[in-house]
Amino acid sequence: MMPAMNIKRIMAIANKEFIQIKRDPRSLGLAIVIPIVLLLIFGYGLSLDIDKVRTVVWNQDGSSQVSRDFLLNFENSKYFKIIGYTDNYRDIVRALNNGSSMLALVIPKDFSRYLRSGSKAPLQLLVDGSDSNTATIAMGYVKTVVTQYNVNLFASTLQQQGLGPPKKADLRSRVWYNPGLNSRWFIVPGVIAMIIMIIAALLTSICVAREWERGTMEQLVSTPVKAPELIIGKFIPYFVIGLIDLAIGVIMGRFLFGVPFEGSYLLLVILSMLFLTGALSQGIMISSIARTQLLASQLAILTTFIPTMLLSGFIYPIFNMPKAVQAATYLVPARYYLVILRGLFLKGNGMDVMWDEAVFLIIFAVLMFGLAIRKFKKKVA
Amino acid sequence: MSPDTNKGIAVKVKDLEKKFGDFTAVNHINFEVKQGEIFGFLGPNGAGKSTTIRMLCGIYTPTSGSGTVAGYDIIKEQYKIKEHIGYMSQKFSLYDDLTVEENIDFYSRIYNVPKNEMAQRREETIKLAELEDFRRALTGTLSGGWKQRLALGCAIIHHPSIIFLDEPTSGVDPITRANFWSIIKQMASQGKTIFVTTHYMDEAENCNRMVMIYHGTMIAMGSPEEMKTEIMKNEILEIIVPGAEHYLDEISQLSPIKETALFGVNIHAVVYEANKASEALKDFFAKKGITGYSVNKIKASLEDVFVSLIENYDAEHKGK
Repeated sequence: MMPAMNIKRIMAIANKEFIQIKRDPRSLGLAIVIPIVLLLIFGYGLSLDIDKVRTVVWNQDGSSQVSRDFLLNFENSKYFKIIGYTDNYRDIVRALNNGSSMLALVIPKDFSRYLRSGSKAPLQLLVDGSDSNTATIAMGYVKTVVTQYNVNLFASTLQQQGLGPPKKADLRSRVWYNPGLNSRWFIVPGVIAMIIMIIAALLTSICVAREWERGTMEQLVSTPVKAPELIIGKFIPYFVIGLIDLAIGVIMGRFLFGVPFEGSYLLLVILSMLFLTGALSQGIMISSIARTQLLASQLAILTTFIPTMLLSGFIYPIFNMPKAVQAATYLVPARYYLVILRGLFLKGNGMDVMWDEAVFLIIFAVLMFGLAIRKFKKKVA
Repeated sequence: MSPDTNKGIAVKVKDLEKKFGDFTAVNHINFEVKQGEIFGFLGPNGAGKSTTIRMLCGIYTPTSGSGTVAGYDIIKEQYKIKEHIGYMSQKFSLYDDLTVEENIDFYSRIYNVPKNEMAQRREETIKLAELEDFRRALTGTLSGGWKQRLALGCAIIHHPSIIFLDEPTSGVDPITRANFWSIIKQMASQGKTIFVTTHYMDEAENCNRMVMIYHGTMIAMGSPEEMKTEIMKNEILEIIVPGAEHYLDEISQLSPIKETALFGVNIHAVVYEANKASEALKDFFAKKGITGYSVNKIKASLEDVFVSLIENYDAEHKGK
């Protein structure tokens, strides 16, 4: 028979763990510095917005007003940045090769003449396709500019013939939650989820592996301390660190990156605690598999960083993934937490629309905690 | 308290077995330890000593067999056992990054020592470990002997009636070892039961009774005296002769001699019967024309007993 849990013992473990963290400034630094660095790198470095596409122009028809008017459409757009004009292909090839330009636009000698004569005026666009995603988007921008130019051209032609403006549908978009379509708003909650997952799993797995490595676990398992007491005791300090990291993330997100926070802070803390419980348990599980600190830390990073980065919807939209990979994302807890974080930050969601995700987080936490205790007990006996 | 403790039996095991997969670490062993005894559990590394001690301490569950420790069942009442015993593992596993006092207080809380007694137990332990001047030193900075005594102090902070020590003296110097054994004897004199594993045969002389274990099997049990007289079937002759190492092989070929080994500059010969062997040796040296030698019957040391028992075991299990 297993007697009930003893709070005194849990607190003894937690207290010991706090002292050890305090004595090891590196681990404490890890827990505080890593989140800040990750937020800075991802917040500033990982912009998914594509604007100021670097473009080089060769206007062979430079003497005509028409071609210069046409180019104005590019010069005045925030999506393009014309880095230079040239009069030969050599420069264009060099600019595309060395990456100083992504696009090269060549206006042929007869551009204005073609337009005047009413035939199709050819334009050449050269694209650096080595970053296919950005190239596709940049080509889309060019297409939009050219289409708009054609529409205006058509309208003025009609007007010159006294026919008045052409009929057309007029789309007026309004973007909710992130009106500026600022990708940073979208990224910061993802970075927070990633940080909590990594730090929680990493630190707990290291601290338990350390006890195995140094032989102190051997002594502990001979005392009346029970597996759940030991695990909960070890959780407490890392729980606190996890919440500190959350606070760092929210504060930096709001005040450094200007991400709004529309939801409830209470919900944020409660739901984050659920996520943390699962992540901490995962750390304990890992340390039961890997007895050395080195192996534990590698496993912790591998099993948290990569799935959270690639399969949570943090950067790559889940609906774009192949079906099998989409199925795998259901096993990544950050997937649910991310929906919650984005909902809280940007939409001000309440529990009414976040129940599904919350339930998945509860399942994740309970399952992982149970598995951690089982795995730990099995390893001891 | 249970009936067993009333009868003065601290530990009792019957047909105890532990298997790890196909490997049998402990093979059906039986023994009893009386209260207040210093009970030695002897054997070479890998013999199954630590596995046995872990089963007795409620860390491992036996594959089969039964037993009680402090009157509690080793299979069903592991948590009860843990509350009533002290266990010191091989590595004196304290937290190096905690101070002496923090380590002591940590184990006090883990063992549920009442709050109003914690200060007193802390003093007790510091006194036992002679660490009065190092209360606030980080444990990692202490030398081996201090760490060992502190580990012992932490393991018995809850005043257990049985203390299990797994290789308590491995890796410490001889003076520290002697010092440690005097602490162990003192605790036994206060009525504590001490169960100690070791592979140092000289230390085993300190035990009241002992078990010898080899390949997971019990090969002998008794007091040191019984081991050396009743259990040791052979006799030992000490041969002192200049250049002893040159005659070692030839002597071992003589028929009344079972085997020979060099002990320092002398030969220890295990023989079936001392008188016959002495005669054979006399003839041997006479043939060689050597006069400056002596042959004396000596008392077997525990080491001799153990080596002899192991050789018998190996001979019996050859080819298996």
